[in-house]
Amino acid sequence: MALLQISEPGQSPDPHQRRIAVGIDLGTTHSLVAAVRNGVSECLPDAQGRVLLPSVVRYLANGGRQIGYDAVAAQAQEARNTSASAKRFMGRGLKDVAEAGKLPYDFVVANDAGAGGMVSLATVDGNKSPVEISAEILATLRYRAEDTFNDDLYGAVITVPAYFDDAQRQATKDAAQLAGLNVLRLINEPTAAAIAYGLDQGVEGLYAVYDLGGGTFDISLLRLARGVFEVVATGGDSALGGDDYDQRFATALLQRAGLGTLEALSPRERRNAQTAARRAKEALSAATTTSVTFEVDGRAHVVDATRAEFEAATSELTATTLRLLKRVLRDAKVSADAVQGVVMVGGSTRMPVVREAIATLFGRPPLVNLNPDEVVALGAAIQANALAGNASSGDLLLLDVTPLSLGLETMGGLVERIIERNSTIPTAKAQDFTTFKDGQTAMAVHVVQGERELVSECRSLARFELRGIPPMVAGAARIRVTFQVDADGLLSVAAKELASGVEAAIVVKPSYGLSDEQVAGMLKEGFASAEADMAARSLREAQVDAERMVLATESALAADGDLLDAAERTAIEALVARVRTAARDAGEPRAIEAAVEALAEGTEGFAAARMNRGIRDALAGRNVNEI
Amino acid sequence: MLAVFSWISLSPLRINLQSDDFELFGLARCFAQERSAIDARWKELQREAHPDKFAAQGAAAQRVAMQWSVRINEAYQRLKDPMRRAAYLCELHGAPIRAEDNTAMPAAFLMQQMEWREALEDARADSELDALDDEVAQARRAALAQCEQLIDQQQDYAGAARQVRALMFIARFADDIERRREQLGQ
Repeated sequence: MALLQISEPGQSPDPHQRRIAVGIDLGTTHSLVAAVRNGVSECLPDAQGRVLLPSVVRYLANGGRQIGYDAVAAQAQEARNTSASAKRFMGRGLKDVAEAGKLPYDFVVANDAGAGGMVSLATVDGNKSPVEISAEILATLRYRAEDTFNDDLYGAVITVPAYFDDAQRQATKDAAQLAGLNVLRLINEPTAAAIAYGLDQGVEGLYAVYDLGGGTFDISLLRLARGVFEVVATGGDSALGGDDYDQRFATALLQRAGLGTLEALSPRERRNAQTAARRAKEALSAATTTSVTFEVDGRAHVVDATRAEFEAATSELTATTLRLLKRVLRDAKVSADAVQGVVMVGGSTRMPVVREAIATLFGRPPLVNLNPDEVVALGAAIQANALAGNASSGDLLLLDVTPLSLGLETMGGLVERIIERNSTIPTAKAQDFTTFKDGQTAMAVHVVQGERELVSECRSLARFELRGIPPMVAGAARIRVTFQVDADGLLSVAAKELASGVEAAIVVKPSYGLSDEQVAGMLKEGFASAEADMAARSLREAQVDAERMVLATESALAADGDLLDAAERTAIEALVARVRTAARDAGEPRAIEAAVEALAEGTEGFAAARMNRGIRDALAGRNVNEI
Repeated sequence: MLAVFSWISLSPLRINLQSDDFELFGLARCFAQERSAIDARWKELQREAHPDKFAAQGAAAQRVAMQWSVRINEAYQRLKDPMRRAAYLCELHGAPIRAEDNTAMPAAFLMQQMEWREALEDARADSELDALDDEVAQARRAALAQCEQLIDQQQDYAGAARQVRALMFIARFADDIERRREQLGQ
């Protein structure tokens, strides 16, 4: 007889009350999904018991696709139609993709003026943007989680490299939306790792997370204390990872063996050469010598390889990570010996040369006791569980930072920084500007991200115009520009002329992002849900949304209902009843969404009052302590 | 018409000042503060107000939480940095810093700045930069001590504002030392 399960104290025993929330690590080489089950965060395996899903998507001529291991198996034969490492191209244009010539893809630039041209891959099934490719991977993980729990997902926390800029973050969020996921939060990979690590080991103090993945490098410095994860500084390179080690190593070995360059090989041979180099790299983490088989012009060549040769061919890359690491320490104004431990994350930290470099710099061996492939997803799942309201509140607090400075273009192509890098998010800052010419009636706002002084050396995020400024002499107008970065690290910018009240605002849709219309169009095409009935699904989603909203409102009424007078309470209860009725009776999502929206609007004042009470209570708590 | 636009930056403005930073953090309105108390208070407030706490409660709660969280972070940035804290106190007491149109500094201070600049240009080794760093840190400590005296003891906010302007010069020079260090390191 099966044993009956008894839930942990403080955890909801009723499965209908418990919301299924997952953490997803969308990686360059592979991706994972994890969830908190019975109080423990664990990675969810597929039907074959494998937790890793290779981030590889193969497009077939008949419109079908293979995702994960099946796609990997066909990778060499089908290099052009099989996308690997799509994460490297998220939110990127062709000119950003330095190594384009070395990769076996046909790159195209989306012919869409609004999109500004995120790079896409030309496949037998048409052009595929990195956002669409990533959505396939996310949808696969979503189905895996839904099968595991036999229930709909409430939402997901998706991790991104800390050093991802606004365009890359927005692209990730777009991909999640395409995959039908409710994004509870985007969180940074090193921060997620720190959550898993900190909660697991119960550590306190200053810790560094060195995260070298397949295609990205991040370094974050965190202060851990009783459930608070405060990011002090962060840095990295969103285009540096294990893939680059493979390429450098393959190039060096081919050259020594007189077999030419990587670029000269056919797409298939190039793919094979990189895979062979990667296997050799992995072998050399344990052994000091190995051999690599390259295929050139149809003939196989066996080349000997040593760990020393690997380390020499890639020393520049390791040195770059150390330089970035030292910069983060400088930014945080701390010395290496103030750091109590360095947590290693990402498969590439298995390389002995990396571990040795870290040990030398910090004078102590790095911490490698958690599986570097899984730790990010595990931490994301813990945060997802907390955000979904399953964990008792206040256990966990993440205080993350913006990785790059944000500013706008001023006179002479110079950058005026508005928000400095390593500012804790959410954050907002306003600055006043004025007109340059007499009678100027419009102003172009050009938003950029980066640390350089010149606009041309920073990443352009968005442009918009403030029109309708009343004509005045130069310098008389007062235009207040407000930058706001939300808890996902996403930027919105607003401009307002103070005398006339003329306003313009945008949620920054990066130059290489998708427009809302494009996302809606893709969703309509049944993207990433070929077999699902779209109409039924959107109805179901609207119902889940409605249920979520009703539960949230009821728990708020139970906790702080005394803030409302009788009339206010009746009004809110009427709105709740309308949502209930709509969710039960309306056969189409629109009516439900409208009722949910009305409830959201009708409770805004209540929400504000509750927040004010929360803050006041915090202040009161302090005063009591002082007495 | 839309011509070539370019802007001249004016002074940064604060958002939402219904309660000042000291009130928000429950601290006495004075310059001398314990950094650990400010840090602890910041985390305590964020525990109450951070949008993550309201993630399951709909968009309206998220928006309000974000406004609070932003306001708390803004106050924290200003309170934890002694120079910005001093500037803020001067402003609260009607002695704004006006760094952009008030650059007059005592001759002795300007002389010292010039000496530092020359030393920085000549510096080739890390040890020279370290020595300069020490000197700058000492000047900073002295100016901050002056701020404390002027604000907390003498309530001389105009005098404190002058010290803040000196601190701004010192901070800019410290940044230049860092930049130089990065250049030499590469």
